[in-house]
Amino acid sequence: MTPTVSIRNLVRRFTLKGVLNGIDLDIQRGEFVALLGRSGSGKSTLLRALADLDREATGSGEIIVPAKISVVFQDARLLPWKRVLDNVVLGLDGADARRRGERALAEVELAGREASWPYELSGGEQQRVALARSLVREPELLLADEPFGALDALTRIRMHVLFRKLSAAHDPAILLVTHDVDEAVELADRVVVLDDGKIAADLAIDLPASGEERRLRVATLRRQLLTSLGVENLIDGAPALHAV
Amino acid sequence: MTVIPVSGLAVGGRAAGRAAPASGPKRKRRLGLGAPVTYGWMLGPGLLLAFWTIGSATGFIDPRTLPAPWVALHTGLELIQQGRLQEHLAISAFRAGQGLVWGVSIGVVVALLSGLTLLGGYLIDGVVQLKRAIPTLALIPLFILWFGIGEGMKVIVISLSVFIPIYVHTHNALRAIEMKHVELAETLGLSPMAFVRHVVLPGALPGFMLGLRFGVMGAWLALVVVEQLNATSGIGYMINLARTYAQSDVILLGLVVYAILGVSSDAAVRLLERKVLSYRRTLAK
Repeated sequence: MTPTVSIRNLVRRFTLKGVLNGIDLDIQRGEFVALLGRSGSGKSTLLRALADLDREATGSGEIIVPAKISVVFQDARLLPWKRVLDNVVLGLDGADARRRGERALAEVELAGREASWPYELSGGEQQRVALARSLVREPELLLADEPFGALDALTRIRMHVLFRKLSAAHDPAILLVTHDVDEAVELADRVVVLDDGKIAADLAIDLPASGEERRLRVATLRRQLLTSLGVENLIDGAPALHAV
Repeated sequence: MTVIPVSGLAVGGRAAGRAAPASGPKRKRRLGLGAPVTYGWMLGPGLLLAFWTIGSATGFIDPRTLPAPWVALHTGLELIQQGRLQEHLAISAFRAGQGLVWGVSIGVVVALLSGLTLLGGYLIDGVVQLKRAIPTLALIPLFILWFGIGEGMKVIVISLSVFIPIYVHTHNALRAIEMKHVELAETLGLSPMAFVRHVVLPGALPGFMLGLRFGVMGAWLALVVVEQLNATSGIGYMINLARTYAQSDVILLGLVVYAILGVSSDAAVRLLERKVLSYRRTLAK
């Protein structure tokens, strides 16, 4: 099967920040990959390269991506002068665009808020609108750049549940950039760790459905990931370390 | 013990562990402006009017310096009965309106050409910035040589006074569109036309509205000056004529009319601004 995303020997350099030193990565159709790394590890640079947003970069390598890509940013990035539904269907045409937009809003549990202004919504609600705006385009690849990073812990848990539900329903290939090990293990099928512009680890998350076995497997994965991030000595006995 | 009106977790948490200060009920200090009072803006002008009235009644203000408010009011009513005030007012308003329409239209079109295309910016912006360095009113002698002293010259001077702020603020806003919105438009695959229509133009609207406020004020300013130049009608002409006959009450009335025109047109623009930019939540509601 040909992968949805194929990256070969990707190199990127910026004058200010962000460097990639030869990345090879394939993402299969419908696969959920979490890209984990410290600040400055190049994870956002890689996402921006895939989204074709790195206009200031110089570099080399080959990227193959599908035609339909959606991006969810850390900030919801709604246009403040457009009502919620108009934000969702921005750039869509066709007679049923608004109906599709309404359905997408219902999917993110915001039915009835179509005519609200963005400033009237909470941060979590705004991020859900951004999610609806991405999904209504039926992307083959969804790029998410720390989409839950600006949300409070409780809202983030609810967003995880919603995100998992939606990714199962729409089944795009997903690249989720995060610095949260638990988030990566909980959501993704596969976690790729980026360190200093190189892939430092690539682990499949094959969790048993529930029970003690699952708990042990999660603990093992967390230790492996934290080790590859270079922080394993700091976490002895710590029950849940979020920010790395 | 004093009861503290608690509004916020931090205060409540601290108060639980400590005895409340005995210095009477304390109010939490709010940043920002507080709740607005309806017609609150009238306080300053109202005080000024009161000072004028009391000063005139007690003889503190010499009527040769400044006639009493009721004298100005009486003169105004007289001129209205004769129909002269309406006539001059209509002519002045028409001049300013023409200048405003031309200045805004040309200002917006030129700002779009200059703001949305690189070549347009290189061609136009430098020229307009050069013009900005010369006050429009200083160009009047040249305009009289070119266009004569008729209505055309007057409307051109007013138009130019409106054009400059409209252009400057609209162009500035068009070029200040946030990069994150540009990125969003790119990831949504917007066409250049859709990008301009949905992102750039609405994003530049606050800048245009600011330019419009300056433009309206500029129109009245230019009107005052051009109406002193060989006009045979308009509020400025009425004031000039009154100066010849030393009718300080008519001069005063003319100034009051200018003030009313300026304030009411600015209020109209602000009302329009609030309608058009209703999506914004700002400090001063």
